[in-house]
Amino acid sequence: MISDSRAVTRLAMRDAVGFPSITLLASMTGFGSLVHESGLPLGMAIAATAGIWGLPGQLTLVEMHAAGASAFFVILGVALANARFLPMVVSFMPLMNAEGPRTRWNFALVQMLSINSWAAGLKRFPEIERKFRRRYYLVFAVICMSAGILGTVIGYLGVGLMPRPIALGLIFMNPLFFAVLLAGVQSRPSMIALIVGAPLGVMFHLAAPDLDLLLTGAVGGSLAFWLNNRVPDRGSRQ
Amino acid sequence: MTDASGLALVLLTLGAIAGTYLWRGVGVMFAARIKSEGPVFQWVTFVSYAMLGGLIARMVILPIGPLMETPLLFRTLAFVIGVGVFFALGRRVLPAVFIGVASFIVLVSYF
Repeated sequence: MISDSRAVTRLAMRDAVGFPSITLLASMTGFGSLVHESGLPLGMAIAATAGIWGLPGQLTLVEMHAAGASAFFVILGVALANARFLPMVVSFMPLMNAEGPRTRWNFALVQMLSINSWAAGLKRFPEIERKFRRRYYLVFAVICMSAGILGTVIGYLGVGLMPRPIALGLIFMNPLFFAVLLAGVQSRPSMIALIVGAPLGVMFHLAAPDLDLLLTGAVGGSLAFWLNNRVPDRGSRQ
Repeated sequence: MTDASGLALVLLTLGAIAGTYLWRGVGVMFAARIKSEGPVFQWVTFVSYAMLGGLIARMVILPIGPLMETPLLFRTLAFVIGVGVFFALGRRVLPAVFIGVASFIVLVSYF
């Protein structure tokens, strides 16, 4: 059990610098280049990274706006795309907090929660004394968010200076990063929904380009929900 | 950019941030009492992942913006290579993205 504040800070720094920072730096470089190539301002790119802080929601914002959806539907789409934050927060907060969960600080700290800090916290918290867990999270999350914002700025400013094939590669990185990050979520329901949604996203885009994602979510999500409850889960019943 | 469209973008971005924060804030508020396994929330999760699956496929097959100038075959091939590497190497994100993007750049440059 680690019960020394400097040791906790060092552990958080060591965990954050490396895979999480490099992943965020790279994925947000792709995001920044996409925002630039969509003709949107740098301020919007940074605000989306720091404010939404999750690649799927950020891409939903830029892509739905580019597809011409009205502001109301874009915001609804981004909100729906980020629904996974609720169960993440609900499972994370009780592990992190020494005192009651509804302190004011938590409402600020929760903004920096992402899949990286969530996974790191769940892994490390059992080895860290309760009153130092928040320090671990804060150090880890600040490093991750700095890497993400730095990546956004690099991508935004850098994409115009790159040879065209590399610039296109940076933009192509968005769907690929997005796909492998989601494919890493090893849960049967989300895999079913992803696979059902994929062809519907293309079909609805041809039929109604501005409402494609919301239609995909409503139709595909309900279909996946039905399929998941109908088809027995062989894996978990053995 | 005109001032009106600039203001519209600011409001759009703030709205998207607020729509995201809603889940985080509600999570903190009800951390102990919420049942995120209930059927309604389960359905919302399916909607969310179906949307994201649709968005990935659409970005690869029918992109908006500069990727439109690249052939569908290159995008699909590089995507399959990237995802294939991801599973072949035991779900390793960075090598998968690096190899996928590198194949895309090679395809676009030389073919």
